[in-house]
Amino acid sequence: MSRLQDKFKELAAQNKKGLVIYLTAGMPDIQGTIDAVKMAEKSGADIIELGIPFSDPMADGPIIQAASYQAIQRGMTLPKVLDLVREIRKFTQVPILGMGYINNMLNYGFEKLTVDAREAGIDGFIIPDVPHEESGEMKQLCKKQGLHLVEFVTPGTTENRIKETCTTADGFIYCVSVNGVTGVRKIDYTPINNVIENVKKQTDTPCAVGFGIGTPQAAQEAAAKSDAVIVGSAVVKLIMENRMEEAAGLISDIRQALDEKVK
Amino acid sequence: MAKGRFGKYGGQYVPEIVMPVLTELEAAYEKYRNDPDFLAELKSYYMEYAGRPTLLYYAERLTKHYGRAKIFLKREDLLHTGAHKINNALGQVLLAKRMGKKRIIAETGAGQHGVATATVAALFGMECKVFMGAVDIERQKLNVFKMKLLGTEVVPVTTGTSTLKDATSEAIRYWAAHIEDTHYIIGSAVGPHPYPTMVRDFQSVIGSEIRQQLLKETNGRLDYLIACVGGGSNAIGTFYEFRNDANVRKIGVEAAGRGPAVGDNAQTLSNPASRPGVLHGAYSYLAQDDDGQVIEVYSISAGLDYPGVGPEHAMFHDEGTVKYVGINDQEALDAFQLLSREEGIIPAVESSHALAYLEKLMPQTTSDEVVVVTLSGRGDKDVQQVAKALGEEL
Ligand SMILES: Cc1ncc(COP(=O)(O)O)c(C=O)c1O
Repeated sequence: MSRLQDKFKELAAQNKKGLVIYLTAGMPDIQGTIDAVKMAEKSGADIIELGIPFSDPMADGPIIQAASYQAIQRGMTLPKVLDLVREIRKFTQVPILGMGYINNMLNYGFEKLTVDAREAGIDGFIIPDVPHEESGEMKQLCKKQGLHLVEFVTPGTTENRIKETCTTADGFIYCVSVNGVTGVRKIDYTPINNVIENVKKQTDTPCAVGFGIGTPQAAQEAAAKSDAVIVGSAVVKLIMENRMEEAAGLISDIRQALDEKVK
Repeated sequence: MAKGRFGKYGGQYVPEIVMPVLTELEAAYEKYRNDPDFLAELKSYYMEYAGRPTLLYYAERLTKHYGRAKIFLKREDLLHTGAHKINNALGQVLLAKRMGKKRIIAETGAGQHGVATATVAALFGMECKVFMGAVDIERQKLNVFKMKLLGTEVVPVTTGTSTLKDATSEAIRYWAAHIEDTHYIIGSAVGPHPYPTMVRDFQSVIGSEIRQQLLKETNGRLDYLIACVGGGSNAIGTFYEFRNDANVRKIGVEAAGRGPAVGDNAQTLSNPASRPGVLHGAYSYLAQDDDGQVIEVYSISAGLDYPGVGPEHAMFHDEGTVKYVGINDQEALDAFQLLSREEGIIPAVESSHALAYLEKLMPQTTSDEVVVVTLSGRGDKDVQQVAKALGEEL
């Protein structure tokens, strides 16, 4: 069992919803990211999604685009993200997923990356520009190192694709709440909740809903059918503005809302 | 391995949100690409609206200037809107119409593809948005105004480096959020499958006409075929017909800008430092730094200023089917002036890169040989910039 699977098992045993917090590696700087991980975990995050900055983040909205761009300007690279994880592993066993785009990873060498990531303490990858069609070889390389490669479903994913994804899904299924990119906005969670109901009939792999979630209320709605919610832009925005305490406040409010909902 | 591969290149590296609409597009394209009604309608727009077939012009004075092989120019510059981009825009808008889409979006760098797309959107009464980097909007005010005249909304993109690659990413993001009613007309033979194939097919009319026209002009003889390469659409359209003709030497000309240093040129295939990677949905050669970040490339020509290249060119490069070379800013400027003076034709700065390669090629040719250069566009749009580069105040 991996750190990630243990965490979902533990959450299920406690009848709790999971909270995944996305942080852009290198924002506001390396020490700042380390502090942000500590802050997030202390405020109630169960899993950290660590963004590996890419120059052309196709699936991201303005906030994460800006955070990635600034992180690159400040010298962040994929090898430095691995170093950062090594530092983080000195103080926590929180599950960490590397979220990044395929080009940096191919450039590093995907197989070498899986070996080095495992050694550094990463538990898996989320690669938004690698859909099911392209993931075969990467999936195998990840598996060899005991890493998860998270797959996606969206409100528009067809029945057939859902079925395929459910047979290979691993770690958790990233359920994109809305057609579009990352960024906080008001969302109707009905379409993705319907997809999740369908997924649940076909696999035990946990479902996490992401994109758009920025308030405790949105988190509650997004958690209605899922096992976890993912919060990114709302936290990253506060961190970029050096408002670390407010970020902590937001995370613990969301944590509380999720815990209340379950009761 | 997924569909839409050219050897190991190509593919569909896009977010899951975009997959349903790509699948829909792929199905529509498969349905219509050989459909007689679709092809007849496309042909009638090519002929009645865009001005096809374009001339294959024997450049007699340019031929005399070099005193070697016969030089012909494929005059895509004579098309409506002044460049080959309209071939693709017409094909895609007809497809979008059949798919029941209401809105067209596109990215543009120099504004040529933006103008072509705005034009076909006006022609078919469709809503149109063109994404354009804020830096390019400043550099290409004339085309921005043209698009507005045509009823298109030009959306400034201020993320990343605020140039073509960022405009392309932004168009994809917008598409992801509006997949039901929007078709994305990508401007070159790049992007995820089925775009590279579809754009190639719509541009292949260039090469097919060349073959046809040469029958009369040279009894079919052809030794050299030259085209400039940005994303690679006019070049793939020129070369595709001749891909299996080993006796026709095909040369793709990239922009060598102001020098070989990283960021000083737009050479993706002819630059030994560039290596394959993924940008905008396709695996192909890519200008990137040591960490795999896409770099901002440079050329005097905004239309060649793209860090990626179409995946079929990547395959042709590896196979040796096409030879890719670089021409720098100065060489292109010289060719721009030479063609203007010798033939009374002002070429686009992009096309001037293809013309400039004649300086290197012609001394190796003989008088019985035949060279065709694709003149992808006309140079009116570039006059101001060229004047500036030559130190003239307008
Ligand atoms: C006249 C002209 N030629 C060539 C190009 C380069 O594009 P491609 O390589 O797709 O033909 C452009 C792009 O804007 C252009 O305007």
